[in-house]
Amino acid sequence: MKGRILIDRERCKGCRLCITVCPKKQIEISPKLNTKGYYPANFLEEDIPDTGKIECTGCALCAITCPDVAIEVYREEKKTSKDDTD
Amino acid sequence: MKKIFGKPDALKDNPFHYCPGCGHSIIHRLVAEVIDELGIKDRTIGVPPAGCAVLAYNYFDVDMCEAPHGRAAAVATGMKRILKDRVVFTYQGDGYIAAIGTAETIHAANRGERITAIFVNNAVYGMTGGQMAPTTLLGQETTTSPGGRLPLRDGFPLDLSEMLALAAGSVYIERTSVSNPKGIIRTKKAIRKAFEVQLEDKGFSLVEILSACPTNWKMSPKDAVRWVDETMTKIFPLKVIKDVA
Repeated sequence: MKGRILIDRERCKGCRLCITVCPKKQIEISPKLNTKGYYPANFLEEDIPDTGKIECTGCALCAITCPDVAIEVYREEKKTSKDDTD
Repeated sequence: MKKIFGKPDALKDNPFHYCPGCGHSIIHRLVAEVIDELGIKDRTIGVPPAGCAVLAYNYFDVDMCEAPHGRAAAVATGMKRILKDRVVFTYQGDGYIAAIGTAETIHAANRGERITAIFVNNAVYGMTGGQMAPTTLLGQETTTSPGGRLPLRDGFPLDLSEMLALAAGSVYIERTSVSNPKGIIRTKKAIRKAFEVQLEDKGFSLVEILSACPTNWKMSPKDAVRWVDETMTKIFPLKVIKDVA
């Protein structure tokens, strides 16, 4: 299953807790400051258009841990058995 | 792709003012998620504390009523007795509930008031600058216990949850932590159970949540959550302290 996360740069305070919990190590600190003066977290796979190449599984551990509700998680919907037969 | 995680409805859009890595905002989110899941947003009243979370009314999209310092349990008691159909919760820190508000809290628990207390334990007074609180661990350095807390000078860490468990009116008391994803999920379940105890009109419920305070502990957020897991949980073990629901 593939997923994506969306980090709100302006809400993030760069505490790095999401980085410590990500099992795929796909979050890093951005080199650019946000308007509050923090270096926010950055999703490494943000610009990969091909979902097949994404490592993020949408496990949401980062979002569960994020103290600032700065992360939204999206996950590919599970294929139902009906879809499989199509 | 389908959105599977986002801001709960019961939280406003305002960005949190808490320091990076603070546990308060995680707990705010968990309480809001539980309020959403139980569908009680329109009839919930919260009582924010004095302390770092004093501005909690800026974040929760439910009715909030600020109480004088330490008196949240008394204010919540009054509201719950007049408005019996409302869900009333208090949100307190350790300095608030275990020092200034001890009397109110113990008697509210003993009377079996149908309120839910969220007790955030970070072992220091956060907002005022990291002074020693009743819950400060032995040997822990704070601005008022330089060189570490000494038992014969400063007393021992107070385990308020165990004290409240002795009160006959308390129904559900659990201690959890928000220092790792597993603990956060566990905390949400505990908060949900505590609200359900109130909805079923059974008695007093409280969830004590061990939470990191990187700023006043003078640690990085990563070290602070590790300190909760490795040191704080030895003195404040994570468990269901009382459940007679």
